[in-house]
Amino acid sequence: MRVDSGVQTAAVRQHPAVRWRASIRFWKSKTAGRRVGLAFIYAVLIVGSIAFALPFYWMIATSFKTKMEAVMYPPKWVPIPIHFTGYERMWTAFPFARFLTNTCFITITTMIGFILTSTLVGYGFARTKFKGRDALFLVLLATMMLPPQVTMIPTFIIFRALGWINTYYPLIVPAFIGGSAFYIFLMRQFIMTLPRELDDAARIDGCNSFRIYWNILMPLSKPAIATIAVFSFVGEWNDFMGPLIYLQSQEKMTIAVGLRLFVGQFSTDLPAMMAGSFVTVLPLIVIFFLAQNYFVQGIALTGLKQ
Amino acid sequence: MTTTAAATHVAGRRPRFRWQDYEGWLFISPWLLGLLLFGIIPFFASLYLSFTKYELLGAPEWIGLHNYQRLFFQDPRFWISLKVTLYYSVLAVPSGLVIAFVLALFLNADIVARAFFRTMFYLPSVTAGVATAFLWAYLLNPTNGLVNTLLSFVGIKGPGWIYSRQWAVPALVLMSWWGVGGTVVIYLAGLQAVPQHLYEAAEIDGASSWGRLLHVTIPMMSPTIFFTMVMGVIGSFQMFTTAYVVTNGGPADATLFYILYLFRHAFQNFNMGYASALAWVLFVIVLGITLGQLKLSGRWVYYEG
Repeated sequence: MRVDSGVQTAAVRQHPAVRWRASIRFWKSKTAGRRVGLAFIYAVLIVGSIAFALPFYWMIATSFKTKMEAVMYPPKWVPIPIHFTGYERMWTAFPFARFLTNTCFITITTMIGFILTSTLVGYGFARTKFKGRDALFLVLLATMMLPPQVTMIPTFIIFRALGWINTYYPLIVPAFIGGSAFYIFLMRQFIMTLPRELDDAARIDGCNSFRIYWNILMPLSKPAIATIAVFSFVGEWNDFMGPLIYLQSQEKMTIAVGLRLFVGQFSTDLPAMMAGSFVTVLPLIVIFFLAQNYFVQGIALTGLKQ
Repeated sequence: MTTTAAATHVAGRRPRFRWQDYEGWLFISPWLLGLLLFGIIPFFASLYLSFTKYELLGAPEWIGLHNYQRLFFQDPRFWISLKVTLYYSVLAVPSGLVIAFVLALFLNADIVARAFFRTMFYLPSVTAGVATAFLWAYLLNPTNGLVNTLLSFVGIKGPGWIYSRQWAVPALVLMSWWGVGGTVVIYLAGLQAVPQHLYEAAEIDGASSWGRLLHVTIPMMSPTIFFTMVMGVIGSFQMFTTAYVVTNGGPADATLFYILYLFRHAFQNFNMGYASALAWVLFVIVLGITLGQLKLSGRWVYYEG
C-alpha cells in the first residue's frame, strides 16, 4: 500500500528531522510575543533538566574520583583520570554482590505475586458479577488511602509469632496474599477497556471464566502487566522500611539496607559511597530506559478517570 | 440483576444456585484474604494494642487511655514530630504541585524534544530511595557539597542545610522537588485530555493565554490536581527513609518526622502499645485531613458532566 504523499504518517511525523523542520515552521509562524513565550519555556526546560540531571552526573563523577578529589574546592568537574578505587573499596568492604542477589530474588518473586494477584482480582472486579462487588471495590480504593503504619505493628507481631523474622516471607507473602490495591486498581481499569465481546465469543465457544482470564484477557493485558512489573520492580528495589524491620543478618540484607550499613561505616569515603549509590540506582535507570512507556502509561492511568 | 432471577423470586422459590454468581469471589479471594489477614485484623488489633502496654514479652496489659494521655499531655516529642511533619507537608506539597504543574504546562506546549525533557524530569522520581538520599546528603553538605559550591560561585554563602535546625526541613523539601516527575507525568496526561474545542471557543471569545489557563486549563485539571494533592499530603505524612538515613531526626529533633518517631517506639524500644497509639492518632489525622480536603473540594474542583 502506498502512502499518499500529502498525508504524513505517524511514523514520519515522529521522525526527529521532520519534527525539527515542523517546529522551525511553527516558530516562524509565531508573533514576536509568542516567540518570547516559547523562548522562555525552552529556557526553563533546559535549565530545569540540567538541574535534574546534575545530581546523577555528580554521583557518577564522584564515584570515579579519589577521596582527595571528592572534597576539592573548586570542585573537579570531570573525573579524569578515572579512578576505580572507590568501587574497589565498596565491593570489598561489604558483600554487595550478595545484597544484589538478595534484592533481585525478593524483587522478582514479589513481582510474580503482584502480577498474579492484580490480574486475578482485577479480572474479578472488572468482569464478574456478584453481590457486594461495588462496595468491595470502594473498600479497595479506601485501603489505598490507609497509612500502612496503622496495620504495620500487628502484622509484625503476626510474622514474629510465625517465626518469620529474618526470613523473606514477610516481604514476599503479602504480594501473593493481598497484593497491592494500587496494582489491582490499575489492572481493573485496564481490563474494563477491553471489549466484552471477546468474553462473550469465548464463552459461546465453551470457555469458562478462568480460561477467559488466562487465555484471552491475560495475553491482551500485556501492556498493563508490564506496567505493574516495572512499578513493582522499582517499588521493591527501593523498599527500605520492610527489609529494615524484618531482615537482621547481613547475608540476608537487600541493597537498600546494606547500603545504609555501608555508608554508616564509610561516611567519609565519598567516592565509595557514591559508587555504592550508583550501583544501587543503575538497575533502576536501566529498567527505566527500557520500559519508559510503561511507566508513563501506568501513571497516566492512575491520574485519570478516578 | 437478570430477569430470570427476578422471575424465580416472584414465583416464591429459592433462586437456583448458579456458579456464575459466586465465581467472582474466587477471583478476588487472594485480595480478600490479604485484606482480612494484613488489613482488617491488624487494623483492629492495633486499636486494641493502643490501649495496652505491650513490649513483645508476655501478654499485652490493658492500661485504658493511658497511652493517649501520655501522648497528648506528657510527650513533647509527639508534638514536635507532628509539627515537623505538618511543616514539611505545608512546604513540600503545594510547592511540589506548583512546580509539577508549571513543568507539565511547559512540556505540553508545542515544543521539540518533549519526550527527552519528560525523561529528564521523570527519571529522578523512579530512583528515589536510600541511594539518592545519600547522594543528596552529599550534595547538601555545607562545606563540600555541590549546592553550596554553586551558590558560592554567585557570591551566596549557602546555609547549613541538613546540619542546621532551621534549614533541615527546607533541605528535605528541596530533595522532594527532585521527585516531582511522577506528578508531572500525571498532569501531562491530564492536560492532553483537555478537549481542544474549549481552547478554541475561549480564543474566539478573545481570551488571552493567561485567561485560557485560568478559565479552561485549571478548571478542567482540577480533579487531577485534587487527586495529586490528596495523595501528596498522604505521602508527605509517610516521610521516613530520608529522615532516617540522612538526618536520623536531627539536628535537635528538627527532622523528627512522625513515622520516624513511631518507628523508634515500635522497632527500637519495642513499645508496641504506645507505637500503636501513635499509629492510630496518625490514622485519625490523615483521615481528617483527607475528608477535609474532600469537603472543601466541592468549592474548587470541577467535574464534567
